[in-house]
Amino acid sequence: MLQIMEGSHAIAEAVRLCRPEVVSAYPITPQTHIVERLAEMVADGDLNAEYICVESEFSALSACLGASAAGSRVYSATSSQGLILMAEVVFNVAGMRQPIIMSIANRALGAPLSIWNDQQDSIALRDSGWFQLYGEDVQEMTDQHFIAYKAAERHDILLPGFVCFDGFILSHTYEPVDIPNQEDIDAYLPKYVPYNMLDAKDPISMGMYATPEYYHEFRYEIDQAMMRSAAALSEAGKEFGEIFGRDYSEHVVPYRMDDADVAFVAMGSICGTIKDAIDEMRTDGIKVGLVKIRTYRPFPEKEIAKALGGVSAVAVLEKNVSIGSAMKGAVGPEILHALNGTGIGVYSYVAGLGGRDIRKKDIRAMADLAAQGKGNMFYGLREEVL
Amino acid sequence: MVDKSLELFDCGHRACGGCGPALAAKLILKGAGEDTIIVASTGCMEVFSTPYPETAWKVPWIHSLFENAAAVASGIEASLKHNNRTEKVVCVCGDGATFDIGMLCISGAFERGHDITYICYDNEAYMNTGIQRSGATPYDASTTTTPAGKLSTGNTRPKKDLPQILASHGASYVATASVAYPMDLMKKVEKAVNTPGSCYIQIHAPCSTGWGFEGGKTIEMGKMAIECGLWVNYELENGRLVKAKKVQRVPVEDYLKAQKRFRHLFKPAPLTDEIAKIQAIADANAEKYGIDIKLKE
Ligand SMILES: Cc1ncc(C[n+]2csc(CCOP(=O)(O)OP(=O)(O)O)c2C)c(N)n1
Ligand code: SF4
Ligand SMILES: [Mg+2]
Repeated sequence: MLQIMEGSHAIAEAVRLCRPEVVSAYPITPQTHIVERLAEMVADGDLNAEYICVESEFSALSACLGASAAGSRVYSATSSQGLILMAEVVFNVAGMRQPIIMSIANRALGAPLSIWNDQQDSIALRDSGWFQLYGEDVQEMTDQHFIAYKAAERHDILLPGFVCFDGFILSHTYEPVDIPNQEDIDAYLPKYVPYNMLDAKDPISMGMYATPEYYHEFRYEIDQAMMRSAAALSEAGKEFGEIFGRDYSEHVVPYRMDDADVAFVAMGSICGTIKDAIDEMRTDGIKVGLVKIRTYRPFPEKEIAKALGGVSAVAVLEKNVSIGSAMKGAVGPEILHALNGTGIGVYSYVAGLGGRDIRKKDIRAMADLAAQGKGNMFYGLREEVL
Repeated sequence: MVDKSLELFDCGHRACGGCGPALAAKLILKGAGEDTIIVASTGCMEVFSTPYPETAWKVPWIHSLFENAAAVASGIEASLKHNNRTEKVVCVCGDGATFDIGMLCISGAFERGHDITYICYDNEAYMNTGIQRSGATPYDASTTTTPAGKLSTGNTRPKKDLPQILASHGASYVATASVAYPMDLMKKVEKAVNTPGSCYIQIHAPCSTGWGFEGGKTIEMGKMAIECGLWVNYELENGRLVKAKKVQRVPVEDYLKAQKRFRHLFKPAPLTDEIAKIQAIADANAEKYGIDIKLKE
């Protein structure tokens, strides 16, 4: 049954259904509504979890790490400054192979201070060993939480994951959303069974110190697990589809790609605008399509190469900037690598930073630029304020 | 009562000979017992006790980062509570991890009142990284970041009063101990882990390498610190001083002279003003905690 619900509240409902035993998070716009709603659920007895009101995001994720190591399913959520404050713990959690799921309401990073959306925060942590899913709308980002837990907790994976969605644009928007029922989720996502845990009856040491003889292989194994997680996420997405009717087995989703000359690549809510712009351009006879990235880590290189085969140019819409890099955006170089040897032109357009609106006419302009072989730039600079 | 004959911290670890913190680890586990989960911080103890794939810990042990043990412990405690588990959660962390970089997490955990015991093994500097000062380094100690020199007599600040700070957070039990008094140390750990809420113990743990004394003199060093009043063993219950070890106090000189970190106070010429300042710290401790044994007139 569809209900009209704010994005943050839909996520809180999803988290409740996943039955975490410990929740620890710290308020930060635009994530705050999630943790507020979870606190209400705990206060009303609708969620049987320990809710730890920490003094910082750094402690939030540290507490989640401890609880996870003690054998609990745990949950956290953050944005922007909060995520970067956590960064040291973020890497640590992956190294310790704790399957923690964290919602990221994507927001720009200061300075200057901005509470508005871009995807710099999660992309800055792309190398940390957490898988990263990006939702396009409230339904997708809600469903991705179930899938994330299911894949993360598999004993052949044991990796943490971010479920990312655009701050305000999705977190604060009311959309019709189908929230599964508890019985079905319990069947889909049974109680967490840890691979190992802190337990006085069977003592182990976790987070030890490794000499150069061992460290290298630890990192290799995290990468191997990440590569395996592509199949695990896909299987979890497929099974979800079989039960709930919404399939998430694909890491990339093409839109009107069949005969496209120029293809967009993008992540998150902007895909909706891009699709509308594509429909308009198609009416004008311009052959444009979109490849939406749902799974950014592990990077679905093969799927992307397949989806983009046959186009003449690719426009990568980047809500991030890799400062000082040649392509400017962080995603572009990976698309370029996926298409290595094909001769297809790949161009990044840094756009929408700090919440700047990206309109349909901007999408059209980027398609034009890509067709002309121009890109790897900040799009839409306001020259008058430079 | 826990079985104090159990050896839960195994031999074969990589600490220097006469390492006070290694002795502290052994005694802490004797006091806490086998139903304990240890949370460590980055530092000497973590490095010398868990070189992968070996570990000295016969109880569950976790290390995450330098500064977040109290927060990790908060999460463990929450998970145990949720599942009606009875293990005790005990942080065992260095003074750098405790006095300096971990203050945020500790303050948060104590204010929330988690049922944890936080133990600082205080070797009075960052030893793992090569003897740099911490907020626990005593006045005038020469460290690699506060070296004695032509214009310097070493560390310029006295030790931070962390037990008082944590007592002010509402900690139900706060104590100091020393590896030189093992029975007292074990008793205090046992008391702390059996006291509900957040408890803090600070253990004086002489470091032969960092302080500059022979490995066979660790206990002697701990005793001398107490006998001159530069270290006081005491207990605070609900913020109130309930017990302090009384001593027949001796001047601070002998304690200082026994360690290379204070050598500059005596050579080439005695810095009498500086020694007097350190004596004043000991006198203030004695006054504050009432440790002087007063002979009957
Ligand atoms: C965030 C961070 N900063 C710095 C370090 C480097 N570091 C590791 S251990 C340590 C000092 C540890 O001092 P202490 O807590 O007193 O323990 P000890 O080595 O003396 O036993 C430092 C500075 C680190 N690991 N992490
Ligand atoms: S440097 Fe000090 S604390 Fe570290 S192992 Fe050696 S004696 Fe122990
Ligand atoms: Mg130290």
